[in-house]
Amino acid sequence: MPKVHVTTTINGEPMEFLCEPYETMLDALRGQLGLTGSKEGCASGDCGACSITVDGRLVCSCLMLAAEAEGHQIGTIEGMAHGEKLHPLQQKFLEHAALQCGICTSGMLVASEALLKKNPDPSEEEVRFWLAGNLCRCTGYDKIVRAVLDAAAEMRETAR
Amino acid sequence: MNVVTNNKWIGQRTIRPDGVDKVTGRATFAADTTMPGMIWGKVLRSPHAHARIKSIDTSKAEKLPGVKAVVTARDIVDFTIEKGAVMLGIQDMRWMCRNVMAREKALFPGHPVAAVAATTEAIAAEACKLIEVDYEVLPFAIEIDDALKPDAPILHEWNKVDGKPSNVAGRLEHKKGDIAEGFGKADIIIERSFATRPVHQGYIEPHACLISVAADGKTTIWSSSQGQFMVRAMTSMLTGIPQSDIRAIPAEIGGGFGGKTIVYLEPVATMLAKKSGRPVKMVMTREDVMRATGPTSGSKSTVKIGVTKDGKIVAAQGTFYLQAGAFPGSPIRGAAGCSFAPYDIPHALSVGYDVCSNRSKVAAYRAPGAPIGAYAVECVMDEVAHALKMDPLEFRLKNAAREGTKAVHGPVFPRMGYVETLNAVKNHPHYSAPLGKSEPGKLRGRGVASGFWFNAGGESSAQVNVTEDGNVVVTTGHPDIGGSRAGIANICAELLGIDYKRVSVIIGDTQTVGFSNLTGGSRVLFASSIVATQSTEKVIQTLRERAAKTWGIDPEAVKWENGAAHPVSPNAGQFEPLTLAQIAAKAPEQGGPIGAGVQLNTAGADGGFGTHICDVEVDTDLGIVRVIRYTASQDVGRAIHPGYVEGQLQGGVAQGIGWALNEEYIYNKEGKVDNPGFLDYRMPVCSDLPMLDCALVEVPNPKHPQGVKGVGEVPLVPVMAAVANAVYDALGRRFYSLPMSPPKVSAVLDAPVAQAAE
Repeated sequence: MPKVHVTTTINGEPMEFLCEPYETMLDALRGQLGLTGSKEGCASGDCGACSITVDGRLVCSCLMLAAEAEGHQIGTIEGMAHGEKLHPLQQKFLEHAALQCGICTSGMLVASEALLKKNPDPSEEEVRFWLAGNLCRCTGYDKIVRAVLDAAAEMRETAR
Repeated sequence: MNVVTNNKWIGQRTIRPDGVDKVTGRATFAADTTMPGMIWGKVLRSPHAHARIKSIDTSKAEKLPGVKAVVTARDIVDFTIEKGAVMLGIQDMRWMCRNVMAREKALFPGHPVAAVAATTEAIAAEACKLIEVDYEVLPFAIEIDDALKPDAPILHEWNKVDGKPSNVAGRLEHKKGDIAEGFGKADIIIERSFATRPVHQGYIEPHACLISVAADGKTTIWSSSQGQFMVRAMTSMLTGIPQSDIRAIPAEIGGGFGGKTIVYLEPVATMLAKKSGRPVKMVMTREDVMRATGPTSGSKSTVKIGVTKDGKIVAAQGTFYLQAGAFPGSPIRGAAGCSFAPYDIPHALSVGYDVCSNRSKVAAYRAPGAPIGAYAVECVMDEVAHALKMDPLEFRLKNAAREGTKAVHGPVFPRMGYVETLNAVKNHPHYSAPLGKSEPGKLRGRGVASGFWFNAGGESSAQVNVTEDGNVVVTTGHPDIGGSRAGIANICAELLGIDYKRVSVIIGDTQTVGFSNLTGGSRVLFASSIVATQSTEKVIQTLRERAAKTWGIDPEAVKWENGAAHPVSPNAGQFEPLTLAQIAAKAPEQGGPIGAGVQLNTAGADGGFGTHICDVEVDTDLGIVRVIRYTASQDVGRAIHPGYVEGQLQGGVAQGIGWALNEEYIYNKEGKVDNPGFLDYRMPVCSDLPMLDCALVEVPNPKHPQGVKGVGEVPLVPVMAAVANAVYDALGRRFYSLPMSPPKVSAVLDAPVAQAAE
């Protein structure tokens, strides 16, 4: 089969690429697009390490075909900071030691940002259930949850 | 003289040196890199649990367009059984060469039998299907009981016990006193048997590597492991390429927990790269990881403890059978050695048996073996405390090992903080807090348990260099998985009296830093801070000498304080302080670059103890056990970076809760793992857990310059018993096997009380 031509927007930048019809969005991102911040932990949508947003909606990029990016706004971890200025979630993950090995961190941050856009004032329980699709084997989630709650509080304060 | 006037950085929650790269997606893990001309390697794996390999025909695969190389066991150096053990650390290369590529027999489903490199992953996968393997399928044994039966299928005919082929590959015994005499003095004796399932380390990053072998043999390995030097040595031994020609670069590692202390892909990819002349990348799928990399052992244990009426332990006996998987080497030392260590027991016998069976070769998992042993011992301790009508912490305090206690596994304990952890949990608000009311249909309970792990030191190397602009780069040799770079930055900044942000800490590759042992055994911060400290002290000595030269006074008259050289007293002369940057700027005319390296076999890594409290709520209709509160106390020596010390405790606890409640390998009738993915192999997710509280106890290790003790492994040891004891408290019924998963809990709750013991 011929390759598929895809016109899309990634982290706010217009982007074109050719992909195999069977290629996943994760493979396209990590391969020809060079965006290796999204990780593959399972390739079955169970670990969340490949989390991206599509028009603001949280998606496992391993479960999406690259061709499906056509005409949509894709957000990845590489687009989260503004230049040198880290997103408050990124800063709070560092301050709270909310990462150890770091392999889940990209997905955790992308998922957390999607949560806070939807719900700027989540309870601990809401954070825990929202992040239930993002596996972390190092931290026991304690510091991740605290970092997300702390970032949410700071973002609410800034928005006032 | 090096004066540290205050503790500015040690004990601070600084930002880790590799942090920003990791929160922005820039950190480079094993699968994140490419090389020009790179091709892809894939492994053909045995579908059988046990089969003799009669022949392998790779000719069709080799002819497939796009295929560049095929590798079988013929391409891997053979360490023959007859020539005896060739050890690399705790690994016998006779088993390693057969584990990376099956030789005479395939010993588990997923065992590699051949590998292909091709221009695309799809072609490599297609070529694997064209390889014809003629198997003679043999009966198999996976469970310990099956492997121990008199007529059990034998994995290794040459392994004999009493002259007869056997699957028992090893026995380890620790003996103290005379147990017959000890049990004779006991008023209460409780003996119970336990079983645990194999559980996987569960790192989120699958094994991966990218390897180039140049025409002159110079080999570059980019891979994720718990030790680049282990990767170099094993690859060298299995391919015949000298170590000096292999540069093993440690990629950022996405979790290991012991599972990345051996190689799987690297020797295979090296041979594919050598044969094809192209760089070869190999990445395991999650299914490969679950089928073919080491889960820890499944186990069967029997533990017997005898006490006097006043609650003194007089004798203890433990027998621990652990699955080794396809090759000898289960962690019986951890099970038999650690499980009685928290207690002062006059008469004890602890025996471990290493049992080969047709599942993947066991790999280390966080305090290997110790959680298995502690689960059995700490559950019996709980039963004994109930029988004595004693508080379980008071019972442990009464029998606690202290400085001078001779441990069952041999050593006499130095000053250590086990009693302190017991007191920390006893006095913690958690222990006195009421369990609270639960909804109808739910029952709550609380349990405690303790645990011990040996900890390790060993070889470590560091280089501390002052940059031309007066900042500092520290290179160490152990891959950093949990934040060890942050700890080293804190220590070096403290010693040098400069802002921690001026200290950059990196992990060197095999050709740029001295030999450093695996990231394992809870050694990393203990060992690397010793060599980093000594290197930094040498640098400070040079800095003082340079200032002395500038001032024309004796170096002994110069002190280093707050990042600058000062005269020790007005008598030494009146000089303005010389900062690190000022001295660095003058380096070219004062003798050259400033830097120092130290390489040591570090010693003095004392063992670590922890005590945990767990509260559970059991849904008696659904059989679901939820942990609702958890507190972990541990003697951590000194918390150089408390955030990452707590992180070790919390991560270990979460893994233990998974082991206790959900995680298990399920095998089907063909002996294949039936749940080789994260959906069916159910590790704890965020909504499964409460906050995990830490009560750090700091009893500084007197043999370490900063008082450091290893902290990474102890936190897993007590968890399953703490959860099990809490479930007993909730239900009044005890489980003697893990996991305490909903089907099993429901079955026990539905059974009449008298039958509930299984």
